[in-house]
Amino acid sequence: MDNTSSVKFFNRGPSPIVRLVFFSLLSLLLLFIDARHQYLESTRSILSTLIYPLQKLTSLPPMLWHEADDFFTTRNRLSADNEELRAQHASDAAQALQLQSLQAENTHLRTMLEMRERLNLPMQLAEVLYAERDPSRQKLLLNLGQSKVAAGQAVLDNTGVVGQVTRVLPLLSEVTLITDKDHEVPVQVLRNGLRVILFGSGNPNELEMRYAPVTADIQDGDVLVTSGIDGTYPPGLPVAKISHIERDPAYSFARVQCAPITGVNNQRWLFVMSSMAKLPPRPEGPADTSAVKPRKSGKFPR
Amino acid sequence: MNVLLQKDREFMLPARPAFIVASLLAALLFNGLPWGGIWLALRPDMVALVLLYWCTHKPHRFGIGFAWVIGILADVADASLFGQHALAYTLLAFGGIVLHRRVQMFNLQQQTLQVFLMLLASYAAYAAVHWQVRGHFAWGFMLGSVTSAMMWAPLTLLLQSLRRPKGNSERL
Repeated sequence: MDNTSSVKFFNRGPSPIVRLVFFSLLSLLLLFIDARHQYLESTRSILSTLIYPLQKLTSLPPMLWHEADDFFTTRNRLSADNEELRAQHASDAAQALQLQSLQAENTHLRTMLEMRERLNLPMQLAEVLYAERDPSRQKLLLNLGQSKVAAGQAVLDNTGVVGQVTRVLPLLSEVTLITDKDHEVPVQVLRNGLRVILFGSGNPNELEMRYAPVTADIQDGDVLVTSGIDGTYPPGLPVAKISHIERDPAYSFARVQCAPITGVNNQRWLFVMSSMAKLPPRPEGPADTSAVKPRKSGKFPR
Repeated sequence: MNVLLQKDREFMLPARPAFIVASLLAALLFNGLPWGGIWLALRPDMVALVLLYWCTHKPHRFGIGFAWVIGILADVADASLFGQHALAYTLLAFGGIVLHRRVQMFNLQQQTLQVFLMLLASYAAYAAVHWQVRGHFAWGFMLGSVTSAMMWAPLTLLLQSLRRPKGNSERL
């Protein structure tokens, strides 16, 4: 067999010493050539293509390790990460929402401040606390109580008239919006000064101008401002804009629809305007067309 | 005597050339794994060990020329100078072939010491070339000889068990 005798071994060719010398010299020669010259680069590249599959294979275990690592990361840590990020996202979203509303509130308050300076009338800022639960009634409750406001005071926002204080409670005050069915505002057409009365319709986006003659000089888009008559609303505050006119000769009055300038339901902060100087009492007499108080009082639910 | 005979039989196990080549390729693969840092210094030189194994166990099948070729491949894989590994492995194969009778007489623990000395000599050749070319002596990699020598016994057992024909190991 293989290792039966050393004689056979030596018979198989040159002795190991000869081989050793030969291959050592060959190695040294190669070393010398490789170190001094660049002749062997092509040989190296050929051999390296031979060995390439092997090298490719050696990169397999680390790759598998990474993949396995990734896989278990996916299973365990990723789900934890996911949960954490979800929670983070929820809280961030809440904060972002808050930020948005704060920004909106801030700009709103800013414009109100400007308006206050412009109007130069004593006003108090009030926050809307509650809205009327009955959708047919257009009312709000503000956070100013007895000590600060009085019934009949006008309530505005930064663009125009919203309503008036109709009832004062110890800590709250009730505002009837201009769009309430029982509310009227004496107004003028800004363009020509025509005096008319705006009635609430019960719909927050609509006001009705009644008793305007068919021939009255009104147009779509006319801006209506408070006339100041009857002393509740200071003159010149924008109230509404005419949105639709229907002139039917069969009736003596035109049907005029208006839209409030301000979104009466859009604000959280409002102004309550201090009462204007008291007007001299109205002389006794029949009829009045400029009722600024709700026509039917005592209908407030409680 | 009986023990010696048993040992001789171990050395008489058949070895197909394909198996020899495959073991050497596997060793090259092992050496090519992305070792780094301290692990690179501690890396046992599997190619040297497998070469030595075949030189001591199958000195007629396995020659210095083959060791040289493997050395050249190792040079390419390692991007070292042409002939650096080849020289080291040539020396190693020579040592293994010349001393194979002697190594076969010892048990694995005793073999380990012999193998360590051979590996050290082989590494010295490698480091000497490194020193001549790069200008400094790579002492740190001397540790590799120690770990390589420690791997000798496990590797021998592994290769023996792989060489033993399946199913009739009782016959030996």
